[in-house]
Amino acid sequence: MSGMVPEQYQSASEIAELVATGEVSAIEILERYLNQIQEYEKDVHAFNLVTINEARAVAQETDKLIARGVTIGPLAGVPVAIKDNLCTKGITTTASSKILESWKPPYDATVVKKLKEAGATIVGKTNLDEFAMGSSTENSAFGPTRNPHDISCVPGGSSGGSAAAVAAGFVPIAIGSDTGGSIRQPAALCGVVGVKPTYGGVSRYGLLAFASSLDQVGPFATSVKDAAIVHEVIGGYDPLDSTSIKQAPESFLDMFDKGINELKVGVISELMGGIDGVTHEVIEQTNKAVSALSNAGAIVEEVSLPAALYCLSAYYLIAPAEASSNLSRYDGVRYGLRVEGANLNEMNVNTRTEGFGDEVKRRIMLGTYALSAGYYDAYYGKALKVRRLLAENFADLYKDYDVLLSPTSPCTAFKLGAKVNDPMMMYVNDVCTIPSNLVGHPAISIPFGSGKDGMPIGVQILAPPMKEPVMYQVAHALEKASQ
Amino acid sequence: MKMSDSISSDEVKHVANLARLRLTSEELEIFTEQLGAVLDHAKDVEALKLDDVEPMSHPLPIENTMREDIPSPMLKPSDFLSEAPVVEGGRFLVPKILGEES
Amino acid sequence: MNQVIFKDNWELIVGLEVHVELATQTKLFCGCLNQFGNEPNTNVCPVCLGLPGSLPVVNQKAVYFAMRLGRALHCSVNRSVFARKNYFYPDMPKDYQITQYDLPTNLEGYLELPSGKTIGIERAHIEEDTGKTTHIGTSGRISGADYSLVDYNRAGIPLIEIVSKPEIRTIEQAKSYVSELRSIILALEISDAKMEEGSIRVDANVSVREVGENNLRTRCEIKNVNSLKSLGRAINYEANRHISLYGNGESPRQETRHWDESAGRTRTGRSKEDAEDYRYFTEPDLVPLNPSEETITKIDQEMPELPSKRRKDLANLTGAKSSDVALLVERNHDAFIFDVIEGGGVPEQVVKHMVNNLSAGLGELSTEAFAQLTQMENKSEITSTQAKKILGELVKSGGTPAELATELGFEAIGTKEIENLVDQLINDHSDEWERFCLGDSKVQGFFVGQVMKSTSGQADGKVINQILNERSIDNK
Ligand SMILES: [Mg+2]
Ligand SMILES: [Zn+2]
Repeated sequence: MSGMVPEQYQSASEIAELVATGEVSAIEILERYLNQIQEYEKDVHAFNLVTINEARAVAQETDKLIARGVTIGPLAGVPVAIKDNLCTKGITTTASSKILESWKPPYDATVVKKLKEAGATIVGKTNLDEFAMGSSTENSAFGPTRNPHDISCVPGGSSGGSAAAVAAGFVPIAIGSDTGGSIRQPAALCGVVGVKPTYGGVSRYGLLAFASSLDQVGPFATSVKDAAIVHEVIGGYDPLDSTSIKQAPESFLDMFDKGINELKVGVISELMGGIDGVTHEVIEQTNKAVSALSNAGAIVEEVSLPAALYCLSAYYLIAPAEASSNLSRYDGVRYGLRVEGANLNEMNVNTRTEGFGDEVKRRIMLGTYALSAGYYDAYYGKALKVRRLLAENFADLYKDYDVLLSPTSPCTAFKLGAKVNDPMMMYVNDVCTIPSNLVGHPAISIPFGSGKDGMPIGVQILAPPMKEPVMYQVAHALEKASQ
Repeated sequence: MKMSDSISSDEVKHVANLARLRLTSEELEIFTEQLGAVLDHAKDVEALKLDDVEPMSHPLPIENTMREDIPSPMLKPSDFLSEAPVVEGGRFLVPKILGEES
Repeated sequence: MNQVIFKDNWELIVGLEVHVELATQTKLFCGCLNQFGNEPNTNVCPVCLGLPGSLPVVNQKAVYFAMRLGRALHCSVNRSVFARKNYFYPDMPKDYQITQYDLPTNLEGYLELPSGKTIGIERAHIEEDTGKTTHIGTSGRISGADYSLVDYNRAGIPLIEIVSKPEIRTIEQAKSYVSELRSIILALEISDAKMEEGSIRVDANVSVREVGENNLRTRCEIKNVNSLKSLGRAINYEANRHISLYGNGESPRQETRHWDESAGRTRTGRSKEDAEDYRYFTEPDLVPLNPSEETITKIDQEMPELPSKRRKDLANLTGAKSSDVALLVERNHDAFIFDVIEGGGVPEQVVKHMVNNLSAGLGELSTEAFAQLTQMENKSEITSTQAKKILGELVKSGGTPAELATELGFEAIGTKEIENLVDQLINDHSDEWERFCLGDSKVQGFFVGQVMKSTSGQADGKVINQILNERSIDNK
């Protein structure tokens, strides 16, 4: 590897094979990635914590097991970075918030457990917008993450640390969470693959909740295939998450190489200029992706998703409402920061006032307002109905189309500080990604060319719930076309 | 920037109170303006006629997910009390609670 | 105090909210033990401590128990949805309570009191309990405490909250409602229902109005009532507080008040001016409960006989008065009584002994022996005093009443023998007999005493009186 963004990435599946066959040791792989981190992390700040010692111990253990002939899982020796809003037992988990600055959870999130069981080597916790609230990773109590393609630009967010870590070659795989686009948008801005699974497809147990009915955990990878492999590892029913889907998913890789001849792709017109904010160069690049798919044999047509017009509004009522409740527990009593006060109420207020950053406070207040007596019906109640309309819109389209397509992000990576003082301007970054969260459908962002500034552009493939196989099939075709 | 009529600074003060947050007068002004902008944008939703649409609070249509009444491992106090700001005799200590009785 | 209400033409209006801790093995949303009395913070996990990232999963048994109670209270069991009730309090690990709001599991039922009056049930919903806060300081009360300590062992224990309609009109009805609810819960085996230990907690919504008025006036919610006795005292205190406020041209304000048992008064609780806005919304971490028709049918099939039905059956069989019937059902003795009577026991005697002489338990008493005993007593082969003695022996060590009667020398004096003795006495004491026949009841004792004397007290007094009466009628 050389340079902050490697010329070529090594795939996770290749690493796992080399390690499993004993051709390369897990520790050797790890050290290679740790070197890259050593070299460029100070510029990127992808991590809140690099767990060098723990990672080395795990890699050595993996090598020992392999030497003894033990079969390791599909991620044998693969270094993985975890977004710092996923619980890691005994390892500080902060959500990039001052309120949890040194909290060590007594348990592992289900996805972390599954990654360990699959043989992965966890190398650290990645930076994010505080409690995953943001689209630039500037809202971190520990400083922003920068885009490895241009460190004067943001990596997107909220999983900006994970996206940047993969883009910078710090890890071949990273895990993020996506509530309104927090995996796909930074994936697009950093030029990597990012997936938001079907809601209920991956356990949320151990994910620090932002908006529970929208949150999903998903992978970042340098290829569609790697993303699919990791998705299979972390996915599946979890009895600890009541919203987890019991029905076993179909294999994501079976259809992978089948091509897309005759598959029907709908291009969402509202996100191709219908709604203000999507830049001309992004639309242009997305149109190239449309041509590529059509050249590969797909039937591509323009379609309309009328409720998309109201998604941003609905999302910025629903997500803050749930967040306002989810973040109540940070009260200075049981864990995390406490700022003392003369009585309980003062202590609660002092702790939360000092512990939360501005964006978190904004959303807590917005959500409290949306839920409060007298405003519930006008705001929250209406937003839930928009969600139903949107679901009906999607269902209608999926009668005729296998997948839908749109840009991932309305623009390429912007400069640090450019939008941080104007919440509305920041929120518009999620306009293409939010619809999938509101209805719980899967979606993937694939790098597809770049803008005039040379910064990456991502294209999004949306699929019906539990239809990840066809989503990966189309994404893979698009990936091939972009190379 | 112009002030929105979607939310007043008194209402912002009220929700901050409910959410156990304190705002300086400067913050109150900025937050009122910013929340107003978001709520102004949400006016498009507020204006929709959706009387016969069922609200959708959850993306999945699943029901009846339950677990059996079987014990599972519990935490040892040492697993979590060390993370607590103040502990006394194995319990979490909180400052005196006001306004409960008179 | 009750009279004060009636005298001044005031009517009492009470609605009760009863919280019942369910006797599941584990908590409502996690696998931690549902146990009382352990070291603080030992029955906890990430879920019931509200640790970041943890998620609730509903305990099937708790849901079954709730539906069982719903059906026993004649409620409709519905598709239900959990909701979050948001407010800050340190005994709530998440600073919201998971409960049910607009779509509770059980709706619209009623409870029948032993008196026959029915009280409407508005809803009976599932929710989680809070942890326990102990206030440390000189006063022992929350005001004036220096600080407080929180134990989350109780946090997440499953509760059912049963909300009555405001249809309770007297203190007696309020107490009877709670004790009847308790009997139902015990019959369903869904809780140990110990009010003193807090596994049943009662909040009373109290208001008053003038007789004839149709609208309800401002109510106050009284918390911290932990016995039936204090429930009565608290309602009484509160009603009179309202009456005297109205008397002074003032009115009560809607608030939560706490019952102070030692002071014998209620005190104003937390003034929840802004805490009243609970911002309820659907709990996104849980999915709806939607019982199938089969589930409800199965619950109905598994329904044990409930106290009201058992009381009716026992009353029909024995003809006993309603207070006796209620008592016997409460003691769970009705099944035994049915067996005794089926085995030939005499209902009147059976009930009499069950109520008066068997409150401490049945011991070794068999249904056959008991039935025989009541027959012997009924045929006056033994006196009631003797029957009581024999019964004591039967409870202690079993046996048959006939053998015990012989052993104890209770060989009964037959009616024929008593008749002979009475006739002899009439002959020997004609003056006294004349006075008796003229209605001088004082001489009755003389005759009875004489018969007792010559039988060493083994004759049945009732039989003697009966014979005397027969003879005096013959004489007319
Ligand atoms: Mg309640
Ligand atoms: Zn627990």
